[in-house]
Amino acid sequence: MRDDDAFWAAVDEGRLIAQRCLDCGTLRYPLLPMCGHCQSLAWEEHPLSGRGQVYAWLVSQHPTKADDSPRTVLLVDLAEGLRIVSNLAGGGPAEIGMPVHVSFTQVEGRTFHQFHPDTKDS
Amino acid sequence: MLPLNRTAIAGIGQTSFSKASGRSELQLAAEASLAAIRDAGLRPADIDGMVTFTHDTNDELQLQTALGIPEMLWAIRTPLGGSGACASIHAAAAAVASGAANHVLVYRAFNERSGRRFGQPTNGGFSETSLPPRTNFSFGLDTAAKIYALWYQRYMHHYGVTNEDLGRYVVIAREHAATNPAAWFYQRPITLADHQASRWIVEPMLRLLDCCQESDGGVALVVTSLERARDLPQRLVRIAGASQSHLAGGDILFDYHRADPGEYPEAKAVSTHLWRQSGLGPADMDAAMIYENFSPVVFMLLEAHGFCKPGEAKDFIKSREIALGGQLPVNTHGGLLGEAYIHGMNSITEGVRQVRGSSPNQVKDARNIFVTSGRSALILSSD
Repeated sequence: MRDDDAFWAAVDEGRLIAQRCLDCGTLRYPLLPMCGHCQSLAWEEHPLSGRGQVYAWLVSQHPTKADDSPRTVLLVDLAEGLRIVSNLAGGGPAEIGMPVHVSFTQVEGRTFHQFHPDTKDS
Repeated sequence: MLPLNRTAIAGIGQTSFSKASGRSELQLAAEASLAAIRDAGLRPADIDGMVTFTHDTNDELQLQTALGIPEMLWAIRTPLGGSGACASIHAAAAAVASGAANHVLVYRAFNERSGRRFGQPTNGGFSETSLPPRTNFSFGLDTAAKIYALWYQRYMHHYGVTNEDLGRYVVIAREHAATNPAAWFYQRPITLADHQASRWIVEPMLRLLDCCQESDGGVALVVTSLERARDLPQRLVRIAGASQSHLAGGDILFDYHRADPGEYPEAKAVSTHLWRQSGLGPADMDAAMIYENFSPVVFMLLEAHGFCKPGEAKDFIKSREIALGGQLPVNTHGGLLGEAYIHGMNSITEGVRQVRGSSPNQVKDARNIFVTSGRSALILSSD
């Protein structure tokens, strides 16, 4: 049992969630067992919009293995006021303040969240 | 029970700093420890306490047996990696002040280049996550340089700091290392052009020469009471202030979930505590030893500790105020980039040398030295 089990179980189903304290309503991410505002242990899943802006980014060269292709790491400020580490779909350079939205991708049999730049249609 | 500022660093010791020590980490710890004990004018039998990092692989009891210390009354470890470097001295001083121990040995030793390299990815990223993906490693944040670069980007973005600005710090650190015989980069200064020609590690934040070294080596210190230190042979180095600050929402790696990761609120808090404890202020400091696993930390900490106003570190450094002869010489040993990366402990020993007047790059009439590892810091004083 890990504190982020519920988060990754939701990602497996194509959903991005945070925690919402059942006593004071505070949203939290990353997942933690207790509410730092009211010390309640009671919480529920709170579905996130998956929309936000790039807060910081970098191109991770040869991640993990020297022959792996580069990945673009994003820090995304979500509309709900939470910040999440993710990847830029398709890689390449990003930009601070760039509006983005979430999607889900399969890598080596696992589901991961990633973000795309918003276009007119999105 | 003594006030914390009635404690002292009575001895320092270190091994050679290399890329391949050819000996075990325990041997490095034992060599550095013995050097520190002898430097203090003590014998191993005088040591009755030990402090090291939670990260250290050397077992206290093995080191005790190797050194021939008959009995210890106190053994404790400090968390939070390099940001807790000064916390190890804080813990030793607290033991002495409380009466729990009389002569506390503080040590940190590793083969961090020839053994397990901190700078290399240690997690398999996507491929290792046969279990559900758990951490930010899975998204490509698999080295310290990448993990911290997101933080640095916000600082650099906010204040318009360029990689060339960072290079001006590195040039001065390497200048100091060039005249420090213990430094790995002894007699090897660089120019800003050399810095700018070094390869990107995380573009556009960090080049190779912005990164600290990976080093093999050990450093040790002996902490005792001020009264006891007066009877020992070395010039007095009083711990005039020792503090830590750990704020809710922080993280020593993925410190991304606070309002502005470009700030260093723990460092601000730590210096506030230190000024209060010591009755001193930034203008009283004759030099500063600043933990820099990567060059941007020097800029952030100069500002967070109040040596510069926010955003002004780049101009302070550009005008060479941090070089020997400047307003606040910084990292006179060459820093973790220039001397060695012994997890910040070699910056504390340089602080001690400055107070003693025995640094290879001695600051004239140095009386108060600020030593910081971010979440913990010290003021070392001659009186």
